[in-house]
Amino acid sequence: MQIPDAEQLIAQLAAAMRPHVTPDTALVGIHTGGVWLAQRLHALLGLSQPLGSIDVSFYRDDYGAKGLHPQPQKSEIPFDVEGAHIVIVDDVLYTGRTTRAALNELFDYGRPARVDLAVLIDRGGRELPISARFCALTLGEALSAGQNLQLERDDSGALTMRLIHA
Amino acid sequence: MRNPQLNKHGELQHLLTLDGLPRSIITQILDTAAPFTEMAEREVKKLPLLRGKSVFNLFFENSTRTRTTFEIAAKRLSADVINLNVSTSSTKKGETLLDTVDNLCAMQADMFVVRHESSGAPHLIAQHLENTGRDHIHVVNAGDGRHAHPTQGLLDMYTIRHYKKEFHNLTVAIVGDVLHSRVARSQIAALTTLGVPEVRVIGPKTLLPTDVEKMGVRYCPTMEEGLKDVDVVMMLRLQNERMNGALLPSPQEFFKVWGLTAEKLARAKPDAIVMHPGPMNRGVEIDSAVADGSQAVILPQVTFGIAVRMAVMSMLGSH
Repeated sequence: MQIPDAEQLIAQLAAAMRPHVTPDTALVGIHTGGVWLAQRLHALLGLSQPLGSIDVSFYRDDYGAKGLHPQPQKSEIPFDVEGAHIVIVDDVLYTGRTTRAALNELFDYGRPARVDLAVLIDRGGRELPISARFCALTLGEALSAGQNLQLERDDSGALTMRLIHA
Repeated sequence: MRNPQLNKHGELQHLLTLDGLPRSIITQILDTAAPFTEMAEREVKKLPLLRGKSVFNLFFENSTRTRTTFEIAAKRLSADVINLNVSTSSTKKGETLLDTVDNLCAMQADMFVVRHESSGAPHLIAQHLENTGRDHIHVVNAGDGRHAHPTQGLLDMYTIRHYKKEFHNLTVAIVGDVLHSRVARSQIAALTTLGVPEVRVIGPKTLLPTDVEKMGVRYCPTMEEGLKDVDVVMMLRLQNERMNGALLPSPQEFFKVWGLTAEKLARAKPDAIVMHPGPMNRGVEIDSAVADGSQAVILPQVTFGIAVRMAVMSMLGSH
């Protein structure tokens, strides 16, 4: 398959979100790709709320089977979740389990007024009733189960998509 | 022989002692604890990692701080915690340790947090579980006799890393009753494993093990010499309840020579931190002015202890 251009998708995603956000809208990126993406969107959309980040390691539903991630990151929610409009940001939407974990974690900080989901790529394969309100690209051809698309960042800060064969 | 604390995949199966525990595992525990310290700021101070699991606090010896922080840690991981007051239970009626364990296993225990006055009791339980094929049940040593107190050693390492960032450039002094101290043994094992180049022990000869230097530490006979230019001072509690016979003239005499005062602390580096595992005997091993002073990190140790115990239990519970 043709690997999509990440920078182009980011611009499209920001354009799709722009009519629906206010300066008070808060972004929460999911580690690690989602955090990089949220940083970009935060700048492009000129949001004033500080950026949040979530590592869902402690909320995963496959913890018993896969064990704990060897180096979990800190989740940081530097704004008041109570009554906030929050957009969860991730690079790729697949089964929906990561989003479910992020929602659970977010609600342990308070009760947001509204939560949306923004992703660069929806690759299909959902196992939960979750969909992204903002999505730059929906893949037509399905990836096989061993394949993963993920965002990568080089030293200059440029983002690219990479296809990984597990 | 396989390390009894690790399973065949090299993962932590039980936490019994820091002696012989690989550096990679110690570091992984400290790294895992870091995000748990943030939890106190949340509305809901709970994570779902041990949801549905039963943790039995099996304390054959009194403890307030350790038992409470284990209980908080388990509850913040959503486990069900059962505290057994063993001094008033069936052990007093003659039940053996392993019979007690078997009975609790029959109640679907997933983890035992064990404190016992006999060295090796948690080992014995872990071995018994392995011999009977119950690999899904984990044991955490919460202090056994004079042997080990691994979670205290780990929370001390977490505290040192928090304030000093690295281990490879530190001089650390452990002061006081090393002979009776399981805490000191766990601290020494962890400090040497993590690569601290100089660990000193300071105290009266009667309260030091005879072969103390075989543990990889330097013996210093006086506070003046031992505290010179250290980065970390780790005080130990004088363990009156474990002493047999006259090892000391009196607490007052002990304080005069070995008690940590501001004057003695001035020998250490200006940014040195002062630690104590608690409970403190003010005016015996540590002066109140130091215990409440700006260099003391004794209360942060307690807070970090919760995060470190969460890290240990979540790593054990993940397989």
